[in-house]
Amino acid sequence: MPNNSKGMYNKNLVIAGIVIFVILAAFPFWFNVGRSAPAPEIILTEKAIAAEDCVRDKEYMTLEHMQLLDVWRDAVVRDGKRIYVNPKGVEFNMSLSNTCLDCHSNKEEFCDRCHDYTSVSPYCWDCHIDNPQGD
Amino acid sequence: MKSSRRNFLKIAGIAALGVGAKPVFDTFAAVGGHGPTEPAPIFKSSEEALTANHWAMVVDTRKIRSERDVAPLFRACHQVHNVPDMPLKRHEIKWIWAESFHHAFPDLHSELISDKIARTPFPVLCNHCENPPCVRVCPTKATFKRESDGIVVMDYHRCIGCRFCLAACPYGARSFNFFNPDDYIKEVNLKFAKRTKGVVEKCNFCEERLAEGIIPACVEVSNGILTFGDLRDSRSSVRKLIAENFTIRRKVHLGTSPAVYYIV
Amino acid sequence: MLEKAFKGSKLYYGWMLGLLTIIGISFGFYLWQFNAGLGITGLSRDVSWGFYIAQFTFLVGVAASAVMVVLPYYLHDYKAFGRITIMGEFLAVSAVTMCLLFIIVDLGQPIRALNVLLYPSPGSILFWDMIVLNGYLLLNIVIGWKVLEAERHNVHYPMWVKPLIYLSIPWAVSIHTVTAFLYCGLPGRGFWMTAIIAPRFLSSAFAAGPALLILLCLFVRKISKFDPGWEQIQTLAKIVTYAIILNVFFLLCEIFVVFYAQIPEHMDHFKYLFVGLQGKGALVPFMWTSMILMVLAIALLIPSQFRQNETVLLIACLAVFVGTWIDKGLGFISGGFTPNPLHVVNEYLPTGPELMISLGVYATGVFILSVLFKIALTIKEELYA
Repeated sequence: MPNNSKGMYNKNLVIAGIVIFVILAAFPFWFNVGRSAPAPEIILTEKAIAAEDCVRDKEYMTLEHMQLLDVWRDAVVRDGKRIYVNPKGVEFNMSLSNTCLDCHSNKEEFCDRCHDYTSVSPYCWDCHIDNPQGD
Repeated sequence: MKSSRRNFLKIAGIAALGVGAKPVFDTFAAVGGHGPTEPAPIFKSSEEALTANHWAMVVDTRKIRSERDVAPLFRACHQVHNVPDMPLKRHEIKWIWAESFHHAFPDLHSELISDKIARTPFPVLCNHCENPPCVRVCPTKATFKRESDGIVVMDYHRCIGCRFCLAACPYGARSFNFFNPDDYIKEVNLKFAKRTKGVVEKCNFCEERLAEGIIPACVEVSNGILTFGDLRDSRSSVRKLIAENFTIRRKVHLGTSPAVYYIV
Repeated sequence: MLEKAFKGSKLYYGWMLGLLTIIGISFGFYLWQFNAGLGITGLSRDVSWGFYIAQFTFLVGVAASAVMVVLPYYLHDYKAFGRITIMGEFLAVSAVTMCLLFIIVDLGQPIRALNVLLYPSPGSILFWDMIVLNGYLLLNIVIGWKVLEAERHNVHYPMWVKPLIYLSIPWAVSIHTVTAFLYCGLPGRGFWMTAIIAPRFLSSAFAAGPALLILLCLFVRKISKFDPGWEQIQTLAKIVTYAIILNVFFLLCEIFVVFYAQIPEHMDHFKYLFVGLQGKGALVPFMWTSMILMVLAIALLIPSQFRQNETVLLIACLAVFVGTWIDKGLGFISGGFTPNPLHVVNEYLPTGPELMISLGVYATGVFILSVLFKIALTIKEELYA
């Protein structure tokens, strides 16, 4: 067994190591403190403005659209149920392309701005067509 | 002396740890949870949707005279589902296509068969087996048999591309996206999704059309070659055809129980 | 103990640097595959598993073969193997790591790999393979490390390691059995549809693994002051002898059944591999080479005067290793897919990028093996030299 003083020496090294590790691991956080860019302004299409209401209210959609899409996906693909009834009793076809992106057909100004801002890169559009009307 | 230096290092270390970690905690504290608990969402099917206990297909090969009679089936399917036309044969994506009797039914093949059968192109597709081996082997349940109507469905979101199902399928009905198919779709159907590279795909018995009350695309343009209906309903069109004609299925000895029947 | 891996000669550092270079280059090829898709390999819709999965299958065998040194030592108290069990266990660690990497590089959507845990599917053999391989890796890391550490300090290993050692014995058998079940339970794949696949896998593993271990022992004796021992090598040689004989016997059993019954679904795959089918037979020369090597190995291993000559033994072990590698690492997977279920021969040949990526996985395995062996050998040198 290593002697006692050597063991203690290691302990200091360990503490120093943990400190360095935590500082490094936290790099993105302290590096960006006080430097966050202003939230982007998103633009609605005329169709979206005319519709007034989305599937759910604006705040819910801003925060939770990914959760909603996730349960929609499972409902459609796995359970074969394609209609969503929102709390107001309005029915929607659960289709990212044919419902969501039909209204929000301006991907760059609507989806991408926030996704870029929050630095997420969902790959929905690899398969789901962003503008089903093709204009 | 030694001990006080050790204590100093410990305290300094813990302090530095706190300084380093604080912005992290702040950030996570700001994000918070996902709001108040949601009531369970309500989902339902359309009233127009076509339903069955187990969808099945009958192929009346007596009505097929040449490749020209079946080519529109394949075109209709591949167009509506954004099936790409890959440049290399080994990367081919096929949902429904033609095979000779010899290849479609290698276990029934004889050297001496009728000229008519030898010449007939047999449309082949996913058999939506009653006992599908592809479903059995999938390690993520990305492919599964839908309990409501027996369709063997692919969840492209979940597929990890291990290709175990290609090994398990005795009919070669599954295709893998070796490249991004996007660049090879001739005419995109904007209403239907594409696939991404690295996932497996196959015929879905047009479940997206059935949900809207429309029969499968291939059946629609088949001029009576294909009949689609409920295998469990003794009065259905497919059951009538099966009752009145001698039908064969592909590789029944494997116990997969295909739901595609052929009248020869 | 890990610090031992950092103290070495210029040659050792050069070797490790060389391996890192290969890993780096091949990682570049992997990024290409990651971005473009598996289309840059030779795989097709007919032969949908190829070189990667074949290497995976072969290496599961190498990993499982550690049991051939662990079992005699711990279960039968065969003391001589105490000197080399660590080499078997560390070889297993490196081999299982390569297995897992070969699975990852074979996935079409590797970033979704953890879906296997997120949606556990006990009906899928791949799910069980994931469990047994990771379990085996963990077992061997823990056992190897604790036993070596105890040996270094000249004390007995902790008692809690003992049940793990016993567990690792059936576990080793399980990894290759489960891997065999990946193939032999698939309806419509006549080549694999035989209950003897798991026994065949195990016999070829218990030949190839210990053969590799003998080669490593001879190498270790050359490059270090630690001698794995004459008796140890000779006992391993006997294991290789019996295992390779069994492997060829099992293969002949298969060939009898298939060619006597003459059911095309089963027979045509063998025809493709050994004489060619529908005018195609890229693997024919390889398969015959494999047969000749295995028979040659048997001829060299049975007479004890040959086996006891270490030069002959070296040649025999090379023959066993290469022979079983061709059989499992080239023929077994693509042979099962050719002809395809529609009875069409669409041949598979790996492409350059595919081989480069495979080379990188092998280099990673050799790197891990080098680190682990460096540690083990430094400790053994202190103890025995």
